[in-house]
Amino acid sequence: MATFNLKINGKSHEVDVDPSTPMLWVLRDHLQMVGTKYGCGIAQCGACTVHLDNNAVRACQLPVSSVGDQEITTIEGLSEHGDHPVQKAWLEVDVPQCGYCQAGQIMSASALLKRNPNPSDEEIEAAMNGNICRCGTYVRIKKAIKMASNGELT
Amino acid sequence: MAGATARHMLKEAAAQAWQVPANEITAIAGVLKHEASGKSAGYGEMASAAAGLEVPEEVTLKSISDFSIIGTTGKNVDGKKIVTGQPLFGLDVQREGMLIAGLVHPPAFGQRLKSFDAEKAKSMPGIKDVFSIKLYDDDYKKMAFHFTAFNEVVVVVGESTWQVFEAKKAINAEWEDNPERTEVTSMFGNDMTATYPAGMENSEVHTAKLKEMIARNAKVSRKDGNPEKAFKEAAKVIERSYSCPFLAHNTMEPMNFFANVTEDHAELLGPTQTPEWMEVAVAERLGLPLEKVDIQMTRQGGGFGRRLYGHFMVEAAAISQRMKAPIKLVYAREDDMSQGIYRPAYYATYRAALDADNNLIGFHVKAGGIPESPLFANRFPAGAIDNYLAEDFTVDSNITTGAFRAPRSNFIAGAEQSFLDELAEEMGKDPIDFRLELLKRAQENPVGSPESNDYDASRYAGVLELVREKANWGQDQPGVHRGVSAYFCHQSYVAQVLDVVMDGNKPVVDKVTAAIDCGIVVNPGAAANLSEGGAVDGIGHAMYSQLTFNEGSAEQNNFDRYRLIRHSEAPKSIETHFVESDVDPTGMGEPPFPPIMGALANALYKATGQRHYHQPFVTNLKPIVG
Ligand code: FES
Ligand code: FES
Repeated sequence: MATFNLKINGKSHEVDVDPSTPMLWVLRDHLQMVGTKYGCGIAQCGACTVHLDNNAVRACQLPVSSVGDQEITTIEGLSEHGDHPVQKAWLEVDVPQCGYCQAGQIMSASALLKRNPNPSDEEIEAAMNGNICRCGTYVRIKKAIKMASNGELT
Repeated sequence: MAGATARHMLKEAAAQAWQVPANEITAIAGVLKHEASGKSAGYGEMASAAAGLEVPEEVTLKSISDFSIIGTTGKNVDGKKIVTGQPLFGLDVQREGMLIAGLVHPPAFGQRLKSFDAEKAKSMPGIKDVFSIKLYDDDYKKMAFHFTAFNEVVVVVGESTWQVFEAKKAINAEWEDNPERTEVTSMFGNDMTATYPAGMENSEVHTAKLKEMIARNAKVSRKDGNPEKAFKEAAKVIERSYSCPFLAHNTMEPMNFFANVTEDHAELLGPTQTPEWMEVAVAERLGLPLEKVDIQMTRQGGGFGRRLYGHFMVEAAAISQRMKAPIKLVYAREDDMSQGIYRPAYYATYRAALDADNNLIGFHVKAGGIPESPLFANRFPAGAIDNYLAEDFTVDSNITTGAFRAPRSNFIAGAEQSFLDELAEEMGKDPIDFRLELLKRAQENPVGSPESNDYDASRYAGVLELVREKANWGQDQPGVHRGVSAYFCHQSYVAQVLDVVMDGNKPVVDKVTAAIDCGIVVNPGAAANLSEGGAVDGIGHAMYSQLTFNEGSAEQNNFDRYRLIRHSEAPKSIETHFVESDVDPTGMGEPPFPPIMGALANALYKATGQRHYHQPFVTNLKPIVG
């Protein structure tokens, strides 16, 4: 066990865990932030996507000991009132079916738009290919990303 | 109906309170109003008075033109919570003092626990206990939804999920072979007998066994006219075989359940499709009366049939009882995929007899599966062909299987619709015209009695006509290769046109146009979402997914080897059109899923010249990530 001081969603949190513990479980089990989802544990499904200093990473493969003072953003902290353009577009297009994969999809999409505000179809596909949706909402996800990138939403 | 009854009673209550005739009161959007007197009240204000009234036996239902909720799009009720990451799912359940439990099950179907050494795991940080549990007594008569391949499993209980997952790896267990076993379970009051053979099974043996069975005579499920004679006299016989593998449900949220069992009460909370059926098994296992077992549902991260089978609820309850603590049982993805209740593997051979003028004079389908047959003997094209024979067979297995989005249809639709496409080509006919000709026959002069055919030929033709119009079928565009398919299941009719374009030598699904008759469309936006999801899911499974077995073990246990469709492989656009109808609403979760597999195979053929008979159409793909 070791103590780590983590910067998550603009606040600092102290946890006492094994250094190899993936951030996914630190968030879910130790900090009760369950928006970040478990789907595979091996960086294949994207359900656990968070931002590490603005980059989309898979929290299931991110040991707490490797985080250091990098800033983590989770779905709970993406916006204060759930009004990030990507979240708004998701609601406008009514993307979710079961909804389980959607936090990860939104975190991947918002990281993409941050570094590339006007992605092409191919760029969207490349950035989103690591996020699986068994319900098959891919077509709506692409539509919502385009809506958010066009600034169609106020 | 319940809505109409409640509305009637609210009006009655208001009528008594205001001393006005009930038929002058309107009930719209939660408000009761009496125009003439100007009186009004919210439903809530009259609710308790209404509750005291006698429930009427007959009420007048609203006419379709007066519907205000039905027919309008309502968005996902949990939308805001989903996009902001609020706790909703079973896996999100947190409780004071809650422990986490994980399971270690036999690595292969056909095996059971012999012994285990827990010392190392017990000494690991955060681990509270390691033990084995038995789910059911040998003489307990289960309902079909209770079953599991692994009646005894090793359990690890600890403080956090990661600690439990790590400790599971430290369990040293020995396994032994199960003897052959026959079990009688009940399903809606009927007894069903299943035989689970001994031994560890392999996919190659499965395929060989299915081919061996298809070469033999099978059980005749329907026979019209004289098919033997038709085939004997045929100028040409076309025969094609189709197959599909086992599939894991792979709900994105793995199986899990919360349980808090005390001396005299059990509280269960989590994702299940069958709380009322599982309650019986939980009560039996715990030795508690039924009324002491309380099962509540969370939102589910996907079901697709997997959460009909609730052995994990019994497991969670048994673990909590033993630990005397609230626990959440969490399956790792590897557990979820290797201990599934899978979609069975199926095989079908279709034969058509053509006379010298290329007329269809006989039709024969023989289909089987492990462990159930995918055949629907009385569905289309039964009823449209004079000489028709449908046979089926089954092969026993100790691999557990069950319902998976549109059971049986999820294979047989694609096989049949691929065969009809090939048949139309052989006969020199447009594939939609050919189907419409058969449907016309089934409508005007059906073979067999009208009740013997399980579909409505005019509604079937209706979706084909609608998709033909909406997809501009027949107006060829350069570089666009199209396939069509139509199917009826879960009481709805779906026709789809799928467009493939070539990207170099790689076929890419460009567009899907769907026409659907599901009766009155209750929520058009949500129905369109299901049509899109069904198409994507169907393309993905036909194209990429399979679960194979080696020595009884699933060879794919996570998404590095089990391929699900991804963003870049989804259609670029999907359009859905609904038939306007005043028929009572029918299914939307399943019907768009099965036919798309046929439309895909038929479009791929147009694009590449190659027919696909065996799912998945693409194998040996590298993982797309990593
Ligand atoms: S849980 Fe991290 S990628 Fe699947
Ligand atoms: S919405 Fe269900 S897995 Fe994506």
